[in-house]
Amino acid sequence: MAKKKIRIRAKVKGDVTEIKALMSHPMETGLRKNKKTGEKIPAHFIQDVICEHKGTQVLVAHWGVAISKNPYLAFKFTGAAKGDTIKVSWSDNKGESASAEAKIG
Amino acid sequence: MKRRSFLKGTVASSMLGVAAGAGLLTPQSVLAAWPKAAFEAKSVDGGMEAALGSSDVIESGDIKIKAPDIAENGAVVPITISTGMSGVESIAIFIEKNPIPLASSYDLGPTTQGFISCRVKMGKTSDLIAVVKSGGKLYSAKKMIKVTIGGCGG
Repeated sequence: MAKKKIRIRAKVKGDVTEIKALMSHPMETGLRKNKKTGEKIPAHFIQDVICEHKGTQVLVAHWGVAISKNPYLAFKFTGAAKGDTIKVSWSDNKGESASAEAKIG
Repeated sequence: MKRRSFLKGTVASSMLGVAAGAGLLTPQSVLAAWPKAAFEAKSVDGGMEAALGSSDVIESGDIKIKAPDIAENGAVVPITISTGMSGVESIAIFIEKNPIPLASSYDLGPTTQGFISCRVKMGKTSDLIAVVKSGGKLYSAKKMIKVTIGGCGG
């Protein structure tokens, strides 16, 4: 079991805040085969990522299997100040989930 | 017979109520439901219709796709979609020749700018199509990305 980790970098430049998030996840497509046994590796991927600032959703991402392993996501939004908290959470097709918070710097 | 079906209905609805009460169906997860049909569609048009409600797109020069011309490793292709349009509601990324063309879709909040950066997998050389929904209309841009080693299958 991989460690459920989300690393978040949040920076304000002028009135725009840029959020960068890096998640640890295998992102199995369900198409890959185990080379030794020839069996298919079941799909295991993140479906939803929700980014919240002060309780409002600023971004909701729906992901398919075409997102790379250990996904990276960056986006920008306005209206945040230094010291605000940003929360990023994900849930995958096996019902696992993780979330993390970071202060905007 | 009528009484029976009535009873069945009540039992089903009370079950749903219990599930909601137990936190199995949180309001948040209902709102941000994962568009299953869109991620099962095998064509770009089908995926677009399921994810965005229409496949009528207008080509726009105001959408920029930043991605490598040649991706050495198809398993990790960094892409950035940006647009100067205001009032962007959602952004979707399609990879035409992938087994499932829809790679991801993003619902943007009112303060979120038209900018998304992520990394995708590409099975082979293909067009990458970015669709931006703004003011109820769909705009798209394309970029061809050459892949030397595929990122799907093993």
